[in-house]
Amino acid sequence: MSVRTRTLILLTPLVLFLVLAVFLFKGLFSDPTKLDSALIGREVPSFELPDLYQPDVNHDESIVGGRPMLINVWATWCPTCYAEHTFLNQLLAEEDVYIIGLNYKDDSRGAAVRWLQDLGDPYQINLFDFTGLLALDLGVYGAPETFVVDADGIIRYRHVGDLNERVWRTEVGPVYYRAMQESGLDIPEHRLELVQ
Amino acid sequence: MNPRRKKRLIMTSSILVGAAFATGLVLYALSQNIDLFYTPTEIVEGKGDAEIKPEVGQRLRVGGLVVPGSVRREGSGLTVSFNLIDVGPAEITVEYEGILPDLFREGQGIVAQGILTDANRIAASEVLAKHDEEYMPPALAEALKGIQHVPPSQQNNSSDYNQGYNQGYNNNEAAEESSGGGYDR
Amino acid sequence: MIGEVGHFALALAFAFSALLAVIPLIGVARSHGGQMAIARPLTYGMFFFTLISFIALVWGFLVNDFSIAYVANNSNTALPAIYRFTAVWGSHEGSFLLWMLVQASWAAALAVFSKRLPLVFAARVLAVMGMIGVGFYLFMLLTSNPFERTIPLIPVDGRDLNPLLQDPGMIIHPPLLYMGYVGMSVAFAFAIAALLGGRLDSAWARWSRPWTIAAWVFLTLGIMVGSWWAYYELGWGGWWFWDPVENASFLPWLAGTALMHSLAVTEKRGTFKSWTVLLAISAFSLSLLGTFLVRSGVLVSVHAFASDPTRGMFLLGFLGVVIAGSLLLYAIRAAKVQSHSRYDLFSREVLLLGNNLLLVTATMVVLVGTLLPLVHQQLGLGNISIGEPFFNEVFMWLTIPFAILLGFGPLTRWKRQKIAELRSSLLLAIALAVGLGFALPWIFADVVSGLAVLGLILAFWIVFTTAAELRLRVASREHKWPALVKLGRSHWGMVLGHLGFAVMIIGIAVVQNYEVERTVRMSAGDTATVGNYQFHFRSMEDRQGPNFTSESATFVISREDGREVDTVVSEKRFYTVARQIQTQTALQVNPFRDLYIALGEELDDGSWAVRIHIKPFVRWIWAGAILMSIGGIFSISDKRYRLRRKNEKRARKQAAAEAL
Repeated sequence: MSVRTRTLILLTPLVLFLVLAVFLFKGLFSDPTKLDSALIGREVPSFELPDLYQPDVNHDESIVGGRPMLINVWATWCPTCYAEHTFLNQLLAEEDVYIIGLNYKDDSRGAAVRWLQDLGDPYQINLFDFTGLLALDLGVYGAPETFVVDADGIIRYRHVGDLNERVWRTEVGPVYYRAMQESGLDIPEHRLELVQ
Repeated sequence: MNPRRKKRLIMTSSILVGAAFATGLVLYALSQNIDLFYTPTEIVEGKGDAEIKPEVGQRLRVGGLVVPGSVRREGSGLTVSFNLIDVGPAEITVEYEGILPDLFREGQGIVAQGILTDANRIAASEVLAKHDEEYMPPALAEALKGIQHVPPSQQNNSSDYNQGYNQGYNNNEAAEESSGGGYDR
Repeated sequence: MIGEVGHFALALAFAFSALLAVIPLIGVARSHGGQMAIARPLTYGMFFFTLISFIALVWGFLVNDFSIAYVANNSNTALPAIYRFTAVWGSHEGSFLLWMLVQASWAAALAVFSKRLPLVFAARVLAVMGMIGVGFYLFMLLTSNPFERTIPLIPVDGRDLNPLLQDPGMIIHPPLLYMGYVGMSVAFAFAIAALLGGRLDSAWARWSRPWTIAAWVFLTLGIMVGSWWAYYELGWGGWWFWDPVENASFLPWLAGTALMHSLAVTEKRGTFKSWTVLLAISAFSLSLLGTFLVRSGVLVSVHAFASDPTRGMFLLGFLGVVIAGSLLLYAIRAAKVQSHSRYDLFSREVLLLGNNLLLVTATMVVLVGTLLPLVHQQLGLGNISIGEPFFNEVFMWLTIPFAILLGFGPLTRWKRQKIAELRSSLLLAIALAVGLGFALPWIFADVVSGLAVLGLILAFWIVFTTAAELRLRVASREHKWPALVKLGRSHWGMVLGHLGFAVMIIGIAVVQNYEVERTVRMSAGDTATVGNYQFHFRSMEDRQGPNFTSESATFVISREDGREVDTVVSEKRFYTVARQIQTQTALQVNPFRDLYIALGEELDDGSWAVRIHIKPFVRWIWAGAILMSIGGIFSISDKRYRLRRKNEKRARKQAAAEAL
């Protein structure tokens, strides 16, 4: 056998590895939420939940829609939600993003209220889902999760995990602002790039 | 044929035969032991664009959330049944005999492995709380990051806010920075 | 302050590794002795600063410095001191720092013990260690810094260590495992240095061998402790789950075992050269691949768990550079190597080749089983899982030829062996193995299980052929016993290693086929009969631990005839800070069986679901692993390696003279 043929044979392990590497690379970016695509494009399921602050006030699905909004699932037992909270406050303050908070199976109403008092309340409406019923209908695995809903009350996107600048810029923000654009609403100047 | 050639021929052919055997064995064992993963909706409505439903008697894995209020123990035995749901409205029933994992609770995501006994019934041989699955054996230290937290069970929700404050959210600022996309279950 | 010291030391260690990766190679290219010799001090520097960094993190844990995010996330003031120490490697960042410390220690050990190697070669080996270091240190500094601060929100108390890790097994498991994983980098460095030098003679195999065996010993022990820990801590009664994380450690072990044997052939016979190099590259590549799989979350993501793409990207990039680079170098350089040695079909070379091929097949099987779900999903075919039965079935079929070859191997001479010479020994071994294999289950068990018989026959076949081999070695001697002692530690290493494997097969065969498992519903006062034992649930008490509350069930175990065996406690713990429930199993142990009680959940009427196992011979599995490791230690301590130093000193002087 010539050296050349031998080299070609000995290249086999390299080729095998490269094929494997392609799959590993793709695996790295596989979207873990793909499984739940069934919900995207559907309306938010109907519900009736009490307000977080006022136990005797109930909200239903009519609060969803009318304008693009986010539904953010959170809880005080969830450390990542704490990390995310600062970013949500910032979204409200700097971009006036409309967010509905869905408090998911929290320890107690008191704990949730005091969290919002201490850390600020970025939510326009606060739902208290003690038994996790709406979350269940939405297919929530845990907290935090965020849904983008358009003006027609249709779920456009679901993000599993925390929102942060990177996620907002690359994944969630563009969907939200596209919906804003379709509804003819204003987009903050520094976010215009997201819809282009 | 000279002896050296003959030796080579024997060695090459026996390696080839061995490789063929090994491949056959692996393929056979795979065909017996691959379990497709379904969600409850996929079991009821079919999977993929072709809407392929699993057949009764098929081994499979199903992952979903335990429907609150659906956990029932039958009689004095250890048989337990509960319903699983994902995006709804489809629900399936899982039957299992034995001890549920430590992290099993209503509303929690679980994975059950078993055999489909009816269009929407599964006799499970194994139930994993998702959390556990993540945490299976050795070196699991390495898999820990970002998923340590479990919702406390609804029964003992007397825990006050302060406790939640100290342990829950006060100290995760930096954790978030370093882990990027943390996600709790 | 501590955090900054640690962080800075880590950066310095990185700088040293970067210099180490470059300067010695420049020295080699220019034949500059001084630049080559600087490899050692650079290695010591890298080790020293990694150690400082590690100590800083340990210190942070011991003094509860919650301004360090990693400490806050993995410790708590209520955590006992010993677990505050082990919490250092309780999560990703810290465990990676431990990994780096281990890597630097191996490099430093190499620098100390490589004085007998030719300077050019030692410089290349250390430079390769430096290159590996560069990648790892960068990974730490850029994506996984354990010294990240919580400022300005310094928590009052930490979130506690995962309860599963608050256990003695976890104190030693990760360090041992990492010693093994990273130890494979030494064999890799030797192989790459040999490829760089273009000389794949038996010398590099001889130098690399003790290092490879040492790494293999650590890996064996690490996996064993992990298995033992999973057995009693997870409460499922299993000792191996074929979980991706376990497979990640098993892959380099299989490749390492093949490498160890192949190195022997290359050293003694000067053949299998390029094959051995490929194995050395594979063993370390699989270590890296395992790290990637475990730390990037790529496998986990199949089951819809979140992961950190930056970390995964970095590791994959590093993996690509290291593995693709070395395989390319291999293809170019190894192609020029020719093996000339001749051997017959029935010779030790061929048997070892068979052993190697089977081990490589096993590696491929584990690799396929671990990665197929990922590939399947990426091809758009849906999510799948591959169950334990797949691995069990394939491994059973692979073990049969493997054990048979293993019996022949040591008896057979290098180059050529006449079967006739061995016929009587072999026939005797077969007869004894088959006889005992059938007789023991028939005498001691109620049912004779076919698979148990098969396992026992294979195990006894190894035992008796090993005995025959020993007898053969001293057959010509007048005084048999002194001759046996004089056989040399390396030889005894092999004997112990093989016997360890036999012991392990016995353990697996018996426990898989004669285990009894029952789940029962019990209230305090109830008695359940399982196998030949009675388990009396005496009482249930609440207990308060340092950082947990627990419900402890006391069981009295007695034999059928009423003789009491022991009183044991099984617990259900609730870790108050981490808010996790964890089962503590009750174990009653003797060499021939484990009685294992795991407390399940409390049922509506105050009774409990209790799982009881009787696991015969389960300890033999771990005993076998320990025996194999002892074999490895014997091999390393062989006189040859000590004697050779003198010869190599001469060789080194010669080589140095050539180089200058």
